[in-house]
Amino acid sequence: MCKVIDELKNGGSPPEPEKETRLSRRSFLTGLGAASVAVTAQPLIAAVPEPKQEAAEALAEPGTIPLTLKVNGVEHRLNVEPRVPLLDCLRENLNLPGTKKGCDHGQCGACTVHVNGRRVLSCMSLAVMHAKDEITTIEGLGSPEKMHPMQASFVENDAYQCGYCTSGQIMSAVSVLKEPVGPSDDDVRHAMYGNICRCGAYPNIVAAVQQVRRLG
Amino acid sequence: MEQFSFVSATSEAQAAEAVARSSTAQMGATVRYIAGGTNLVDLLKLDVERPKQVVDINGLEMSGIQPLNGGLRIGALARNSDVANDATVKRDYAVLSEAILSGASPQIRNMASTAGNLLQRTRCPYFRDLAHRCNKREPGSGCDAMDGYNRMLAILGTSEHCIATNPSDQNVALMALEATVHIRGVKGERAVPIAEFYKLPGNTPYIETVLEPGDLITAVTLPAPVPGARSGYLKLRDRAAYEFALASAAVVLGANGGKITHARVALGGVGTIPWRSREAEAVLMGKPATRETFVRAAEAAMKDAKPRSENGFKVELAKRCIVHALTTVSA
Repeated sequence: MCKVIDELKNGGSPPEPEKETRLSRRSFLTGLGAASVAVTAQPLIAAVPEPKQEAAEALAEPGTIPLTLKVNGVEHRLNVEPRVPLLDCLRENLNLPGTKKGCDHGQCGACTVHVNGRRVLSCMSLAVMHAKDEITTIEGLGSPEKMHPMQASFVENDAYQCGYCTSGQIMSAVSVLKEPVGPSDDDVRHAMYGNICRCGAYPNIVAAVQQVRRLG
Repeated sequence: MEQFSFVSATSEAQAAEAVARSSTAQMGATVRYIAGGTNLVDLLKLDVERPKQVVDINGLEMSGIQPLNGGLRIGALARNSDVANDATVKRDYAVLSEAILSGASPQIRNMASTAGNLLQRTRCPYFRDLAHRCNKREPGSGCDAMDGYNRMLAILGTSEHCIATNPSDQNVALMALEATVHIRGVKGERAVPIAEFYKLPGNTPYIETVLEPGDLITAVTLPAPVPGARSGYLKLRDRAAYEFALASAAVVLGANGGKITHARVALGGVGTIPWRSREAEAVLMGKPATRETFVRAAEAAMKDAKPRSENGFKVELAKRCIVHALTTVSA
């Protein structure tokens, strides 16, 4: 029952996500782990939220409208209120929490995603505006097993501390590879000034971006 | 954010029809267009904007940038990044490219539309905060900015009801380029010179432009570039990037035989609307393009400035900005 808790008590880390499940630190910390503390034979895995396909077919909430979103190559059918920002839709409705909510007002860049190949701020757009768009989030860029070269470079160059701005930094950095940006470090800083980092990891972020640019 | 209904317009007529039902095209509108969303979504989240319906116009074909009558036609939906990086804009209207690239962030510029930027709202902290009194948000309620934190607010075009700065860079450049705003309205199309597009706050700070319900901006046109003239934008701010202007200047200068033959000066960061300084232009015309002339033009530009408790520094800063901008384009 408390395999996860025991492991944590012994200084271990939560179990690796299994292939067919969505078990993660997030689901553990959002209180589903609490279910494991109760005396019950119910496995943790069953308590994890399923992808939202059923929600689309279920009775739509009043005030919502149907929406099909194509994210990371996968189509999702949803019902959302028009006022739901794209950021919240990605994180909450689609369970893609890699994109972060930093300021929620278009000023920090943590919510940067790609829409039709361009970097944009998902907190400053409404989900319902994107029915015809191709959206790419950090989850679509790569995975721990198969990282995008920019993700790998960020790891190699220690280009993050708390990690909260990082997915936005990486999404911006990948765009920089395709934009006309000058060769110097200052050029990279200028091209990325829309992504701010409270931890001050900027020197290593610039180094990570430049490494990918130089190695092609 | 209040709830609203949503429709994706499939034609200009449908879009204009939806917005024709709005109570006003100004503050308090019940129907709003959304293009990039970089200003509207921000204000929706602050509950400053509370429309009942939002009309998505991104599906309309209004994003082209094409030559027209020797000048340029920029579609209302042309994104700021596309306009700034357009080869013709960079070559013939450099001030516009420089101005756009000095503003916002790369992500915002990818989203922001030309017409949306024309309508960009003030960053005045009292406008953006419902806890404070604001004559723009609630007519007659008062202005907490007057004796409050007014460092970023205007010194030109103010009234006793409002000192909110217009924050745009694009529009200052468009002023100096004498752009025309093309509007499709319920009674047909009309072309409004940008100098007539914005309204001073006066005693109606909630009226910011000449737009009426049912109006749809379709394009901005620029006249043919003045042969031999050079243009540029200088933006002064607390940080090197990613901030609104304390003072900025868009200048277009042409000279012949040592005398200035064409002069346009527009200011940002200091006016309640994008500020065309005909006073500075009057000083410049026919004079030699020297520092002495530029300094006198800058004095004329700021003669009627009315600073508040915290923005007096802008008077001198704007003067130096004008001199520096003019010096750069005449080098």
